Amino acid sequence: MIRGLILCALILFNSSLASAQSTIAGLTQDDLGNGKRLFEGQCARCHGIGGTGGEGPPLARPRLRHAVDDEVLFTIIKEGIPGTGMPATWQMSEAEIWQVAGYVRSLGRTAPESISGNPDQGQILYDVTGCASCHIVNGNGEGLGPELTEIGALRGSDYLREALLDPSATLPSYIASQSVEISGYLGYLPVLIITRDGQQLLGTRINEDTFTIQIRDGNGRFRSFRKHELTKIEHQPDKSPMPSYRDQLSATQLDDLVAYLVNLRGEP
Amino acid sequence: MKRIILLLIASFVTAQAAFAQVPYERLRDAQDQPENWLTYSGSYRSDRFSNLGQITPENTANLRTAWVYQVPDLNIVEATPLVVDGVMYITEPHSRVAALDARSGRVLWKWSPTMSKDLRFIGFPPVNRGVAILDDTVFVGTLDAHLVALDARSGAVRWDIIVADNSTGHSLTVAPLAIDGKIIVGISGGEAGIRGFLDAYDAKTGKREWRFWTIPDPDDPGADTWGGESWRTGGGATWLTGSFDPELNLIYWGVGNPAPDWNGDVRPGDNLYTCSLIAVDADTGELRWHFQYTPHDVHDWDANQIPVLLDATIDEQSRKLVAMANRNGFYYLLDRETGEFLLGTEYAKQTWAEGLDALGRPIVKPGVEPSVEGTLVYPSLQGATNWFSPSYSSQTGLLYVSVREMGSLYFKGEAEYIPGTYFTAGGEQALSGDDASGAVRALDVKTGEVRWNFPLYSPPWSGVLSTAGGLVFGGTEEGNFFALDALTGDVAWEFQTGGSIRANPISFSLDDKQHIAIAAGQAIFVFALP
Repeated sequence: MIRGLILCALILFNSSLASAQSTIAGLTQDDLGNGKRLFEGQCARCHGIGGTGGEGPPLARPRLRHAVDDEVLFTIIKEGIPGTGMPATWQMSEAEIWQVAGYVRSLGRTAPESISGNPDQGQILYDVTGCASCHIVNGNGEGLGPELTEIGALRGSDYLREALLDPSATLPSYIASQSVEISGYLGYLPVLIITRDGQQLLGTRINEDTFTIQIRDGNGRFRSFRKHELTKIEHQPDKSPMPSYRDQLSATQLDDLVAYLVNLRGEP
Repeated sequence: MKRIILLLIASFVTAQAAFAQVPYERLRDAQDQPENWLTYSGSYRSDRFSNLGQITPENTANLRTAWVYQVPDLNIVEATPLVVDGVMYITEPHSRVAALDARSGRVLWKWSPTMSKDLRFIGFPPVNRGVAILDDTVFVGTLDAHLVALDARSGAVRWDIIVADNSTGHSLTVAPLAIDGKIIVGISGGEAGIRGFLDAYDAKTGKREWRFWTIPDPDDPGADTWGGESWRTGGGATWLTGSFDPELNLIYWGVGNPAPDWNGDVRPGDNLYTCSLIAVDADTGELRWHFQYTPHDVHDWDANQIPVLLDATIDEQSRKLVAMANRNGFYYLLDRETGEFLLGTEYAKQTWAEGLDALGRPIVKPGVEPSVEGTLVYPSLQGATNWFSPSYSSQTGLLYVSVREMGSLYFKGEAEYIPGTYFTAGGEQALSGDDASGAVRALDVKTGEVRWNFPLYSPPWSGVLSTAGGLVFGGTEEGNFFALDALTGDVAWEFQTGGSIRANPISFSLDDKQHIAIAAGQAIFVFALP
């Protein structure tokens, strides 16, 4: 009996030690590689290879709705989410669950970069060039374009530089740009609409289905149409509502602004 | 006073005797009582056609919601309701059953299974697609692979049997098929490397009457289509309700994909009877014939679609036919007495086959197998269509199909079989969003020619229903429930339900009014004219 108790205590001690030690911060590249392998075998059937989504929600995003921190993410993988399609895990050890959690956290989140450019100068440029008239950072600004509070965690410096020089090169997908879980749809897609009475309207698409479309016009107003009321709906994926800053910023200024944006990681 | 009491007792007894008795003959002749919806696909022919004609293209604008039933679950409801003499029987996610008053949507009884904390459902959400009814008993399959018989009056359990072991990934999500004295069920779990089967159980006792293994024993015909021991974990699930021809006494059932899904190296050969339609004798479970749509599948294009039975004249010869719009992008017409291939045409974008040969075997293009770096192929893993139902109207001669136009990058991985875990060896990245679309497509059932096409904003997960009123009802991922003119595909009516529609519509009649019902999001919607 005593032997049994000691054994139990040892198991308890070991398992609590294992779970305390096995955090995402302590994972090696090999651990993350194993997490990727496990994810592709056990999770990708619903969440897609690379966490791009499918029958289950996309996971390639900086923040996961249910997993507010790493411990919660671990618990979700281990125990599932009751009442949903997310089942409990019975086939992985705790160490393996941490590896999967680490891999999931790496999806849709860039590694911190150190780049040339002065972020403080960049912040001043952000204010004076009027970025806040379309974007929100930490609650300040206007919400016409994507919120940028954690844009540095979502996008690398190369992407941000290109977005400033040639905004129409890549429209952000809904996954990356909004809190809704719509796989693969372009966000801020410019749309030209012509109504039956000849009225022309250029706006960005907010939502769409087979029978209706909702856009935001140039004044930021939501507009709603039934498609049979329209003679034309032209999606313009090669355009962007954002202007290019190619001719407005010097090379140094561009570096500074990118440095500021890269540091916006949604962290206090 | 005494007379009144006697009268009350007499009427009580009469009412009891009349309650929800569904003998086999009512199921066999389901098309003659369109006021009810007695079996998953509306009739044994699985044409999902309603003989009710009160709702027409001219008056659909007046359709309004009769009632809504909210399902207490976070998962989307994928069930087809049954309606029997004023009672609607539905299943909810996690294998729950509810009997509702079809007039008001109020609950009459509910039943929930007791399932282990270690419940496994591998490769699909905790869905259930519906119940079957026979005599005064309702039959439901559960996620932990039980088949349960419930008293139709009260929901009390009559019997509860284990069909297969849930710890190895077996589940029941299928709506059972009730025939004369037997309950037919298929199994889910192809992504866990189960060995699939189709079962028949005695409706009164729950005793198993026969089992047909969808992957042959080493001594049986077809065993040479599997390399080594791969047949033991070869998949071939049977997770969607099939059809039945009482005259031929044959059950037609689609068989699922081989396992592992995306790495076929470990299972060389055609892998019979995966991705096939099988015709089995209803008395014995013996295989009469089979037709394999996708030999040696490596894209998860199972044949768990609805086989629609119809009769038509082909080349001046009257024939008994079975039609299927398959997940692989081709539409097939077979002789259902012999399994002879008569016709196959492409009905959606596909990039994997040059076409079909004279026997209906696909001429596969080189370089379409999944790869480590990803191979782009149409249709996507989810297929050109899937489990959601097509509908056939003999009035128009058209087969209505919900079509998904989407490609996938297919990835190949390593496969190690561990019982009760995923055995898939790869995955996909679907080209979703603005790169994908959908449609309801009307095919000439005899030629496969597309007669009309109604485009949908995104690939659908909703089935369709056609009616004698000349309408086709369908739904979208964005929650639109709509009616189209069955002859032209023109929009007749549309309603935003507020939840993704991943279910099949039905029709029934109550108080001389035709009703249309559909599950949308976590609710059941019922519509009727004022």
